Amino acid sequence: MNLNATLFAQLAVFFVLAWFTMRFVWPPIMKALDERAGKIADGLAAADKAKADLVHAEKKAAEELRHARESAAEFRSGAEKQAAQLLEEARTEAARVISAARDAAQAEAGVAAQRAKEALREQVALLAVAGAEKILRKEINPQAHAELLSQLKSEL
Amino acid sequence: MSSSTENAPAAGDYIVHHLTHLTNTGHKQAAIIDWTIINVDTLFWSVSMGVLAIIFMVIAARRATSGVPGRLQGAVEMLVEMVETQSKAIVHGDRRFIAPVALTVFIWILFMNALDFLPVDLLPRIAELFGVHHQRIVPTADLNGALGMSLGVLLLCLYYNIKIKGFGGWVHELFTAPFGNHPLLYPVNFIMQMIEFVAKTVSHGMRLFGNMYAGELVFMLIALMGSTATALGFFGHVVAGSIWAIFHILIVVLQAFIFMMLTLVYIGQAHESH
Repeated sequence: MNLNATLFAQLAVFFVLAWFTMRFVWPPIMKALDERAGKIADGLAAADKAKADLVHAEKKAAEELRHARESAAEFRSGAEKQAAQLLEEARTEAARVISAARDAAQAEAGVAAQRAKEALREQVALLAVAGAEKILRKEINPQAHAELLSQLKSEL
Repeated sequence: MSSSTENAPAAGDYIVHHLTHLTNTGHKQAAIIDWTIINVDTLFWSVSMGVLAIIFMVIAARRATSGVPGRLQGAVEMLVEMVETQSKAIVHGDRRFIAPVALTVFIWILFMNALDFLPVDLLPRIAELFGVHHQRIVPTADLNGALGMSLGVLLLCLYYNIKIKGFGGWVHELFTAPFGNHPLLYPVNFIMQMIEFVAKTVSHGMRLFGNMYAGELVFMLIALMGSTATALGFFGHVVAGSIWAIFHILIVVLQAFIFMMLTLVYIGQAHESH
């Protein structure tokens, strides 16, 4: 409980320690604290920005997807249309080919019938002549009646 | 029982011996005030703890990076942050010196108070082996130690009073506050101001000293119980010592915190005009 010179020694120590702290301890710690606060603030800002970017990117991706879907649908409908068109073309071509074939066949058949008719006519004429010959062997002169016969042949 | 009375000193002697400082003269101080005497033990332990506090803080300051802090750095940063927040709230002005003073005071006093946790007989007994017969290791339990620091705070108060208000402004305040600017009130105001300064400083130092001195004394009384070398004494020593040591954790930190806060409050008052 006694007072003595320790008082002043302690007083001096007090100021020395305080000065030392002010000079060597306080500034680096405060600097680190401030820097870290800055870093954390930057980090938070970056996180916010990343979040916004993500939302933006998601929106963009959705839009792209929609675009792709749309263009795919468009493509498909185009293809379908084209296929239908091709089918139609093929169908008309086929019809044309069939009708042409039919026409050709008909024409050929006509020609053949004509030829058969001609042949038949000639044979009938020959038959008729032969018949007539048999009947009229004596009276009819083939040369003299040739005109009559050819007229008859054309009438058949 | 008879052996303990023969070998151990009487209770009164034990306490008085433990409350005697190691002085430069080698004798117990007789007068209440004697400026020729210096308490070597107080000085040694307070400087040691000051150096330890400085080393502790310097290590943290050296390692201080803006990256992820380690445990030590985190702990010191929490203290620095706490002191910075308090000083910002209390002192309005340039805090480049004041905030570090508060931090120093807090950690230094915390370390000095923490010496109370060491067993009361451990260091004095070790010192005795080297021929040193008196040793009080808690500097804040020495009135000189506690008052020395509060005196430092008083000087800082005076310095900031003059710095902020100017010498004329401060003298003007000494005579016109707290009661008002009237010639009849000048002496009353001045006396009130002087009382205020003295009361602040004495109560500031005495509060810390009283708490630590009482704590030390209680530890000695508990140690006396154990020194009876009986089952009851041993049991009492263990139980009471544990309880008081645990309770003392609160006192040690709280007193350091209170001293720091009052330092800031008193310096903050020097910044404000009445």
